[in-house]
Amino acid sequence: MKEFLTFTGVFLLCLVGVSFWRILRGPTVYDRIVASNFVGTLVLVLVTVCGVLYERLDAFIDIALLYSLLSFIGVLVLAKYLAHRG
Amino acid sequence: MGILGAVLVIVGLFFFTSSTLGLLRLPDCYCRMHATGKADTMGIFFTFLGLGLIQFGFGGNVILLVKLLLVVAFWFVGGPTATHALLRSAFQRGLTPWSKHEKVVFDWPGGEV
Repeated sequence: MKEFLTFTGVFLLCLVGVSFWRILRGPTVYDRIVASNFVGTLVLVLVTVCGVLYERLDAFIDIALLYSLLSFIGVLVLAKYLAHRG
Repeated sequence: MGILGAVLVIVGLFFFTSSTLGLLRLPDCYCRMHATGKADTMGIFFTFLGLGLIQFGFGGNVILLVKLLLVVAFWFVGGPTATHALLRSAFQRGLTPWSKHEKVVFDWPGGEV
């Protein structure tokens, strides 16, 4: 099962690396925000996989919860900020 | 328990992969929001459920499974809300949605590009 979890982590890391292409060259600013929100979702899963792998899930799950909350609030603030700016 | 969790994690990884494909290949930021919204709900749900079953073999207990399901519940509310706020913001900004051959499907209320 350890090998499967390592494979899952590496696979998610590859998905994060591929998604950075959209952040670097999205045509509009909304493409970049959508891509960074998606990267936040992937990192949330990655943190949990690391927690299971290191047998310290009780500490890592709090980090995952905090990260998801911060990502959510960040997207809301960016959406509000960009709506009335152009 | 572990095999069932692994199958659920693989289903979640399928959702993440298809969302990444949609994020890279779809033509418009509205379409890309649609693609990543799938990973926000279904991918997180299946992956966390699978990890919650796997962690019993790694010194876990039931409380951690409940905490994982709480994260899933929060993200079920939070992910579509974030996507909806972004889409509404793009709508108010006046981004025209993509259409084939640049054909105007209907008058977009947001105005010009």
